[in-house]
Amino acid sequence: MTKRRLLNAVGMAFAIFVVVSPAVLFFLWMISLSLKFEVDNATYPPSFIPPRVNWGNYAAVLNSNRFTTYFYNSLIVTGTATLFALLVGVPAGYGLARMRAHKAAGVILIARITPGLSYLIPLFLLFQWLGLLGTLWPQIIIHLVVTVPIVIWIMIGYFETTPIELEQAAVIDGATRWQVFRHVALPIARPGIAVAFILAVIFSWNNFVFGIVLAGRETRTLPVAVYNMISFDQLSWGPLAAAALLVTLPVLVLTVFAQRQIVAGLTAGAVKGG
Amino acid sequence: MLAEAGTSIPEVPAWRPPSYWPFVAPALFVVSAVIVFPWAFTIWMSLHEWKIGAPPTFVGLANYLRLPRDTRFVESVWNTLLYTGLSVLLPVGLGTLAAVVFNTHFPLRGLIRGLFILPMMATPVAIALVWTMMFHPQLGVLNYLLSLVGISPQLWVFHPATVIPSLVLVETWQWTPLVMLIVLGGLAAIPAEPYESAQIDGATHWQVFRYISAPMIAPFIFIAAMIRMIDAVKSFDIIFAITQGGPGTASETINLYLYSVAFVYYDVGYASAIVVVFFALIVALAGSLVLIRQRTHWNEAGGAG
Repeated sequence: MTKRRLLNAVGMAFAIFVVVSPAVLFFLWMISLSLKFEVDNATYPPSFIPPRVNWGNYAAVLNSNRFTTYFYNSLIVTGTATLFALLVGVPAGYGLARMRAHKAAGVILIARITPGLSYLIPLFLLFQWLGLLGTLWPQIIIHLVVTVPIVIWIMIGYFETTPIELEQAAVIDGATRWQVFRHVALPIARPGIAVAFILAVIFSWNNFVFGIVLAGRETRTLPVAVYNMISFDQLSWGPLAAAALLVTLPVLVLTVFAQRQIVAGLTAGAVKGG
Repeated sequence: MLAEAGTSIPEVPAWRPPSYWPFVAPALFVVSAVIVFPWAFTIWMSLHEWKIGAPPTFVGLANYLRLPRDTRFVESVWNTLLYTGLSVLLPVGLGTLAAVVFNTHFPLRGLIRGLFILPMMATPVAIALVWTMMFHPQLGVLNYLLSLVGISPQLWVFHPATVIPSLVLVETWQWTPLVMLIVLGGLAAIPAEPYESAQIDGATHWQVFRYISAPMIAPFIFIAAMIRMIDAVKSFDIIFAITQGGPGTASETINLYLYSVAFVYYDVGYASAIVVVFFALIVALAGSLVLIRQRTHWNEAGGAG
């Protein structure tokens, strides 16, 4: 009996190992590439554990290629697009949930289905006409295509689960609809807002397609900058892997720490913009 | 007056919902500006011959009629269908298996689940870059791993015959976690009673899975397949960063061809027509998935009766 249970446990451990190893080994390999000297990256068979550690790859990325400029660009685009989306999307999610406007949610669904490139053609022409190309504004505005639907979608779902009785009581006590929203509905919805915020940040940070069309040399976000590294600047693997890791590191850290919120948000709506 | 009082007006005023429009209005404006306006403009452009730099001229449906004769477009449709089909089947199959594993209790489950979902949250371009190095025919780690099990080296994304399956490998690696999460949600919702009675009746593991778990998680697998289809058909970052549609046009999907037409050739009228047809194709694929679901539903009922 105990032997059988032990066998089951070993089998289970093996199954778990098989399931997670593609994800774990990939990121370990990425770290390994980013820490090796060029010579060690070009050996065959490849060495998994770096024979000697080369932090110079990270130094090279952080010092060159205007990495800090691109980091600020990413921060401004993602930050502004997310905050603005929360500002308009949270009240909208509240209103739509209370109005039971399920047809309005259909528009969000269309936004979910439409390829990101489709928005780019008309908006590119609009930005060109307005003379905005060369600034960060086009990217901030088009990132709303990603962030606003995520926020509205998650907030509709969240406000539908919060009790309406409290709000009714507040209205009977003479509160205005704005006070009801601000002091009754909003505090309860804080966990939902956290989920919307995290997912909007991640999908905006990761976005690539809007940047390759709209970004100039000065206005690149990190994903575009790292892509340009492959095509033009260099072909050495160490710095490339280091750059790739630095670009995605904020998202990986956020995923590990906010795993519960991310899982809740993704299983609720499975929203992915762009 | 008295008669009115007789109809018993309630003392406490009834709950009358306030108007919620002021809450929705700002978002309505934003959605019109960045989603509705682009759509309207796209449909207008699709009826015009318009290359950036020259004025647009109305050509009716000419852009749409050009599509079936454009061999590069027709080829991209087939590439898209192959890519999408594989990118639905593999993640859905593997994701369901992973969900069965994650549905059991084991130590550090939360942390391990966190590691498992990293691929889908990581920045796709950064991921694509590392996969490109792994696909390298001489120095790539994948060919080394193949050599360990005695398989001869492959050209992966550098050969027209293997490029789409190789890209699907990346897509599968990236999106299996999402399927796992959705199916896991379904498994967690199954009540314990059917399992208990099955155990009493002495059912095998396979029978439990086939007759209890599978039918109850089928709706969740369907949702996962639908979401996977919508994302796979639109896949751009991975393909663009790894192959840019190459070698030649062997991995050029509709989305990549659309990019070239719009932002390499600046033929925005024709590109808009591609957008409209592309969207129609996605809706048609979603519709056919719903149809398949209804058909299998009917079969299950027929089998049971």
